[in-house]
Amino acid sequence: MTSNADISALENALVSEIGAADDLAGLERVRIAALGKKGSISDLMARLGSMPPEERRAFGQAVNGLKQRVGDAMEARKAELERRQLSQRLATETADVTLPVRPGPLQEGRIHPVSQVWDEVVEIFADMGFAVAEGPDIETDDLNFSKLNIPPEHPARQEHDTFYFAPKPDGSRLLLRTHTSPVQIRTMLRQKPPIRIIAPGRVYRCDSDQTHTPMFHQIEALVIDETTHLGHLKWCIEEFCKAFFEVDEVRMRFRASHFPFTEPSMEVDLDAAAIGKPGQWLEILGSGMVHPNVIRNCGLDPEKYQGFAFGMGLDRIAMLKYGIPDLRDMFSGDLRWLRHYGFLPLDVPTLAGGLSS
Amino acid sequence: MKFTLSWLKDHLETSASVEELARTLSAIGLEVESVTNPGEKLAPFIVARVVEAKQHPNADRLRVCQVETGSGVVEVVCGAPNARSGMIGVFAPIGSHIPGTGITLDKRPVRGVVSNGMLLSERELELSDSHEGIIELPDDYAKKVGQPFAEVMGLADPVFDVKLTPNRPDCTGVRGIARDLAAAHLGKLKPERKVSGVEGTYACPVDIKLDFPKEARDACPCFAGRYVKGVKNGPSPAWVQQRLKAVGLRPINALVDVTNYISLDRGRPLHVYDADKLKGAIRARLGKKGETFKGLDGKTHEADETMCVIADDRAVLGFGGILGGEDTGCTEATRNVLIECAYFDPLRTAATGRKTGIQSDARYRFERGVDPAFIRPGLDLATAMILEFTGGAPSKAKVAGAPPEAKTTLSFSFAMVEKLAGIRLKEPQMRSTLEALGFQVSGKGGEVKVAVPSWRPDIHGRADLVEEIVRIAGLDTVPSAPMPRERGVARAVLTQTQRRVQRARRALAARGLVETITWSFISRAAAGAFGGGGDALELANPISADMSSMRPSLLPGLLAALQRNRNRGFADLALFEIGQAYRGDRPEDQFLAATGVRAGTAAASVSGRHWSGNAGMVSLFDAKADVVTLLAALGIDAAKAQTTRDAPAYFHPGRSACLRLGPKILLAQFGEIHPETLRDLDVAGPVAAFELFIDALPPEKKKSAARPMLEAADLMPVRRDFAFVLDASVPAGDVIKAAAGADKALITQVNVFDLFEGKSLGEGKKSLALEVTLQPRDKTLTDEQIEAVSAKIVAEVKRATGGEIRA
Repeated sequence: MTSNADISALENALVSEIGAADDLAGLERVRIAALGKKGSISDLMARLGSMPPEERRAFGQAVNGLKQRVGDAMEARKAELERRQLSQRLATETADVTLPVRPGPLQEGRIHPVSQVWDEVVEIFADMGFAVAEGPDIETDDLNFSKLNIPPEHPARQEHDTFYFAPKPDGSRLLLRTHTSPVQIRTMLRQKPPIRIIAPGRVYRCDSDQTHTPMFHQIEALVIDETTHLGHLKWCIEEFCKAFFEVDEVRMRFRASHFPFTEPSMEVDLDAAAIGKPGQWLEILGSGMVHPNVIRNCGLDPEKYQGFAFGMGLDRIAMLKYGIPDLRDMFSGDLRWLRHYGFLPLDVPTLAGGLSS
Repeated sequence: MKFTLSWLKDHLETSASVEELARTLSAIGLEVESVTNPGEKLAPFIVARVVEAKQHPNADRLRVCQVETGSGVVEVVCGAPNARSGMIGVFAPIGSHIPGTGITLDKRPVRGVVSNGMLLSERELELSDSHEGIIELPDDYAKKVGQPFAEVMGLADPVFDVKLTPNRPDCTGVRGIARDLAAAHLGKLKPERKVSGVEGTYACPVDIKLDFPKEARDACPCFAGRYVKGVKNGPSPAWVQQRLKAVGLRPINALVDVTNYISLDRGRPLHVYDADKLKGAIRARLGKKGETFKGLDGKTHEADETMCVIADDRAVLGFGGILGGEDTGCTEATRNVLIECAYFDPLRTAATGRKTGIQSDARYRFERGVDPAFIRPGLDLATAMILEFTGGAPSKAKVAGAPPEAKTTLSFSFAMVEKLAGIRLKEPQMRSTLEALGFQVSGKGGEVKVAVPSWRPDIHGRADLVEEIVRIAGLDTVPSAPMPRERGVARAVLTQTQRRVQRARRALAARGLVETITWSFISRAAAGAFGGGGDALELANPISADMSSMRPSLLPGLLAALQRNRNRGFADLALFEIGQAYRGDRPEDQFLAATGVRAGTAAASVSGRHWSGNAGMVSLFDAKADVVTLLAALGIDAAKAQTTRDAPAYFHPGRSACLRLGPKILLAQFGEIHPETLRDLDVAGPVAAFELFIDALPPEKKKSAARPMLEAADLMPVRRDFAFVLDASVPAGDVIKAAAGADKALITQVNVFDLFEGKSLGEGKKSLALEVTLQPRDKTLTDEQIEAVSAKIVAEVKRATGGEIRA
């Protein structure tokens, strides 16, 4: 005969055993002892069948209640033991969080300042509707000089310090382009106006000292249509400088000058306030209205078409903007220099996000 | 082009300040490179008189002088042998800085006698190298005692240095510069000096000839000369010497100084021959091969038949318009002279100048084009100055030939100024600008005729006239005008290749490579090692032998940069460059490569030593990873390319490959650089490298912006592993291809997860373990289906490669 008191005693005993179980294995042993096939609670359940019906109901309820409560206690204890076991494991897994990780490639890689500035310049001029034109480094005398209104023996040729190749059997001599201006010619020969292009690229002069390298980069702009005039040229240069140097206002000085391929021609100086150094003028570019002879040489009618061209040193404006002191370092491949003056891969210049920020 | 303020004022009546003049010159196209005032460093020194010079009590060679400085008498110790009572000299007070010695004077005793200043030599003032004694001024300077020395001597004359553009021969003379300034309202151009009394009574005794074949007559179309007999050559007047010195010329003697002076003053070079040294007639003609003469520069020069020379009956005397000869030059002993004032063709002068390498003031002017209307006037001016300085009796002028015609008249519309320059100016202003510059404007209203002055060979057309008007009005006054915007929102402008270059650059940098820019030319040996070095790509005038050949590849430059960095202590580094290289000298031979090198342990994922595990040395697979990633970034699936073993010989033959699309398109090549190549370039290995040919990539097909529908299977993929034993020479790629081809619909991926070579497999064998992913589409695969596919995979691999499933 089993009384409620016995059930209660069994419950107390089981709860106490559950509480005493120190690990999951111990708890499992308690579970088997209580709820296993031959467990104490299963035992009670087994008696139900042999009970008179009038007792069976009350007893059944009591045993089920017991089973429920013991089960709950076990679940609770199990969760607690699991928590404890996990925290013990975690305690053994403590790492030294101050150990350094490897820098990833995004930190190691760099973009060369000239490339960065190239992208910046393209971004600005694309917004003004300029496409990007390119041409070969090895040029003919005709495209580098003659078509640009620099005939043979013109004194301007001497200022170009040209690299030449050996004469061909027919006497002609190829050369390394001394400026990006042949791209103007190639563009005008290929394309009908209206034309708006920039032509960035490598150029070569047979010259080497602190401020000259035998190879450097220029960028040229060309606009040809029926109405573009010197006022547009000034505006274009001013807008470019404001955008490129990322300032609201620039002060510029326009001086008359001479280039065989433009007429009128002007040199442009920029107030160095744009790069935070007020009080000096920086020569930044040469410019002018495309010479009628050049337009004619490209098979266009200078009575109908006019426009402007300007050119500047890409390396030079990179140096000005980013405070790079020496042109020669641009081409030295010095890792220290590249890491210091180079740009991170994701520093992509955009007009929306800012060119340098 | 250098000139002084006082020289300018010979031609320009002006009250403008030095700063105003300099600013205006630069603005109108005569760029002022510097304005220096030699008087500034001489400012502290004053004219003084030695009242008394006595022997120093304690030194034989020193004298103690009482010096009247204008503000009292001071005691000065002087070591100069010529210091004596009564002489006029130059005094430096205590505290002044002596330019020639760099010393600032302080008060100190010299052998027991305190010196309160110093008497100066020419060297101490940097006036000359003379240091034999202190400066002795003529006695009539006694009344200038106490006055600043520089002012008294006219040395406080600012010197302008103008960088002339090649189109302005008129401004190679001071008068031309004055004319421009006058046009820009900075003063008034003074009238020309009147020259008279130079035309003699007797005929020029030296015959002057022009001996040219018909086709070369333009070499020297006009040669004017005049004989002056009985000159007395000697130093030119002090004011001439001073001006020449101020602009950096050495005074020689009166006859030579006159030619130099007129060259600078009027942009008109001349030559004066010692007539007694001439044999027979003097003539301009073409040179003959092998003819030589000794030039005024002391060097022997050789003529050829393209050059214009001046010769007498005996020999060549000089290059016309470039350099005179020493033998017929004027010395102090010269008594009779022939003055030459000729016109030499700019082109031929430039060509001869370039060929001979002679830089001279005459060449500088003739090759830009001297004023053809100033031949007779130039001759007369030179005669007048020579008569004034050396005396003598002039002959009649003799002129051979005639000056080239220089009468350009242009039709011009003032409206052109607004059309081309975008500035609206009043017609009278434009007209007066042109007139001030020497143009003659005739006609009224819209269309006018403009006669170009003879000294402006640079003016050919209407654009030139617009420039004249606008530069004088001031380019700063041209209003900026916004360019019309074609579209509200700007469209993309880059070509696909340009876009790919941008992406490639960012993709490679994002893989940890550092971008560099190296020279387009390299040494011929390095070019040869990389498939270049041919004659066609060799520069005729390289800056050095290291930079003489156009590069056939970007690798030599990158490898050299790599080694320079290693020599600085950076062992693990990865560099790349995107740029052009050259297969030949035609435009289509130039190609664009994205090239990278990795050295040491500089892999994209890990590099260097680390507590988590050290990185291994770079290998061909690092380069392959770069290529595959880069191709993907540029829209090309590397899996569709063929891998071939024919990389160039500068790669390791067994550890390199090419990626090709069909037989024609070479996408990339990669691998480890050949140890011999590295050795020849003095680069330590191993180096993994790749070259990807951006402009060889097939164009990306234009797709619509919308993506196709996503086809994501909901069913779990099934993975099965296979290990095959194969001949070691069987490429893994063949095994993968065979496995993947076993059921193209079901197999979505084949991954090599183990490679094993060991004795247990037998000699020349390897084991390759594949993980094959099967993606069921409609319903879960049954075991039978999986077995069937597996069997097909095994069969396919065996068929294609002979590989056996590993037991």
